[in-house]
Amino acid sequence: MSTRHDTAASPVKGGAAPGRPPGGTASDGKEARRRQKLSRRWQRDMRWSPYAFVAPFFLLFLAFGLFPLVYTGWASLHQVELTAPTDMEWVGLRNFTRIFDDEFFWNAAQNTLTIGIISTVPQLLMAMGIAHILNYKLRASTFYRVAMLAPYATSIAAASLVFVLLFGRDYGMINWALDFVGIDPVDWQGDKWPSQFAVSTIVVWRWTGYNALIYLAAMQAIPHDLYESAALDGASRWQQFLHVTLPSLRPTILFTVVVSTIGASQVFGEPLLFDANKGASGGAEHQFQTLGLYLYEQGWINQHLGRASAIAWMMFLILIVVGLINYVISRRLRASS
Amino acid sequence: MRARTLPLSRQRTNGGKLFTRKALAVAAVVSLGTGLLAGCADDGGDGDSDSSSDGKGKTTVTLGLFGTMGFKEAGLYAEYEKLNPDIKIAENVVERNENYYPALLNHLTTNSGLQDVQAVEVGNIAEIVETQAGKLEDLSKAEGVNKSDWLGWKWEQATTKDGQTIGLGTDIGPMAICYRKDLFEKAGLPSDRAEVAKLWEGDWKKFVQVGEDYQKKAPKGTTFMDSPGGLINAILSSEEKKFYDASGEVIYKTNPAVKAAFDLTAEAAEKGMIGAQTQFQPSWDQTISNNKFAAMACPPWMLGYIKGKSQPDAAGKWDVAVPPKSGNWGGSFLSVPKSAKNVDEAKKLVAWLTAPEQQAKLFKVQGSFPSAQAAFDSPEVTGAKNDMTGDAPIGEIFSAAAQQIPVQPIGPKDQIIQQGLTDNGVILVTKGKSAKEAWETATKTIDNNLDK
Repeated sequence: MSTRHDTAASPVKGGAAPGRPPGGTASDGKEARRRQKLSRRWQRDMRWSPYAFVAPFFLLFLAFGLFPLVYTGWASLHQVELTAPTDMEWVGLRNFTRIFDDEFFWNAAQNTLTIGIISTVPQLLMAMGIAHILNYKLRASTFYRVAMLAPYATSIAAASLVFVLLFGRDYGMINWALDFVGIDPVDWQGDKWPSQFAVSTIVVWRWTGYNALIYLAAMQAIPHDLYESAALDGASRWQQFLHVTLPSLRPTILFTVVVSTIGASQVFGEPLLFDANKGASGGAEHQFQTLGLYLYEQGWINQHLGRASAIAWMMFLILIVVGLINYVISRRLRASS
Repeated sequence: MRARTLPLSRQRTNGGKLFTRKALAVAAVVSLGTGLLAGCADDGGDGDSDSSSDGKGKTTVTLGLFGTMGFKEAGLYAEYEKLNPDIKIAENVVERNENYYPALLNHLTTNSGLQDVQAVEVGNIAEIVETQAGKLEDLSKAEGVNKSDWLGWKWEQATTKDGQTIGLGTDIGPMAICYRKDLFEKAGLPSDRAEVAKLWEGDWKKFVQVGEDYQKKAPKGTTFMDSPGGLINAILSSEEKKFYDASGEVIYKTNPAVKAAFDLTAEAAEKGMIGAQTQFQPSWDQTISNNKFAAMACPPWMLGYIKGKSQPDAAGKWDVAVPPKSGNWGGSFLSVPKSAKNVDEAKKLVAWLTAPEQQAKLFKVQGSFPSAQAAFDSPEVTGAKNDMTGDAPIGEIFSAAAQQIPVQPIGPKDQIIQQGLTDNGVILVTKGKSAKEAWETATKTIDNNLDK
């Protein structure tokens, strides 16, 4: 490295004798010191400037990621109200222990789980199907791909408001259509399962296209000769899908499952805007209140920052557990293949 | 390859230049980071300084408002600027109070980002009085403020226990009963407003009985009232005490008036005389435009809402009757934060904007009913008419209601309690739950929400 460093100086100095200024031997000692100094500076530069380059991210992360995380943890050990955020009263772990017999928390946890399942599973299955279809040679395939992504680009508020109208009990289009085929109107907001189904519909509508595009990208990376040889061996299209496409997509599927799980555990906007009461209680009997919504209700409606912080940390811990389970399952899967 | 070329290019520069470049990079990083941090720690503080005076030496007074308070629409700013050539007025409006109020609280607790004048909705005034009074100016001694101009209860709502008045009332919402003359007639009830008022005079139970009578011969598909939330709100607002007692204790569960209001509303819902709706939801709006109910508790501003949601042919079919007991629904206050940049000018502006004459003008343009009783005799109020209610002298009816509103202790969590009783309570009765189950769900929700 150092020799390289020496010779590299020549183009700038423009001299024929690299690294040797016309001064002669008298200045050799001085020159050496100068070089040493330069080299030290260069080394310092090499050592520290990368930190400067990555610093913006980490400063932002400190300010908007780590600090809130730690501060939330600190606040969760206190009784704090939004009306006086600096006025904290130490309560130890009370905000956490009370969660264990807080039926509203566990109700919200259960809702988050069920809404998560009835939104994630159909969403990923449909995404896979759509990706498979789009993977064929189609006319105007770009159009279909863009169309798939359109819901993802739509504002969640706008979409939810439209869905609220569609799912209206008295004047909604869906009940009107059900009435056409002789089914009694459903109270999409007031009843437990219909409301969870409706909220999940918004999630599915919004994220299916996004996942489909991820699957599609992965499918297009599968070498074509795999299909050719499978076809030569007499595999049908379905068999090709099962034995060539799916195994090749395994890492992608895992990725989408993880991302959707995280997304599902944080579902917030859809149930908030789906609430006919316009509060954050997730329906009259909290039938579609998710954890995110409960956190918001405690923190910003009821103004109990301490309780809300404890809920936030609980959610974080639950997510870590879910992540670990995911990891174990995926390792098993990898090992079995 | 890359790693090697990097030192090459570096070597080219001499030491001094290298140092400057590095210093620049560090400076950039640091300033970027601190700039961002400072940006969120200190909004408004210096950001607004340029707006407090412009080149011509004028003072700009800023107002932070929500919704449509109508000062600008009624031309009051222009008038004030004409009277005070040195003053310029700028307003900063957030559409919904749900978004405005948390931000206001945040600004008050951190003492930054505040405008010279801040509006406070009546639902939040008790919390502001209790928790933020130290950050707001006492307006009772401001120049041109005359306590007796206001209705007593309105003045009290913004007054702390030690007698500081930290907000001056703008409008109020004295409630009457708006009803459909045509539907009442079809159901065999009188439609003259004096006769109608007699039917339920002085007692909400009688009101529910009228509902029963209505329902017997009701035009198909209609209910007597619009929503359980509307009824329980009207009853609760007319009581001497609601959720708090005079010493500030929460008494909603032990106050017999609250349980009675809940049970009466539940009874009415069980008897099917109330639409299974939540107010201000799209499907509730539809029941207005489709003429699905015959009566509702309505403050003056509701007439504007009805008009906005009705078909054109509904104009003139409504009338307004004196309610069994009067209560208040809505209204706002104007406050001046101590850390405002132009405290003195802001106080003068607030005193002027809330003076009776200006309130009367605001009523004429915007329909916001004056909280200054001195304005009740003004021609703007006495001569008021509304498209939906034809010739009804609404100004007189609402003035009479306003003067009978009880001085009710209000508390910081009134909204949470009321929302619990309504949205997690009586609405369930319309879905087939019993009154007892609904009360339990409501109280469980409220207690959890109140628990710090």
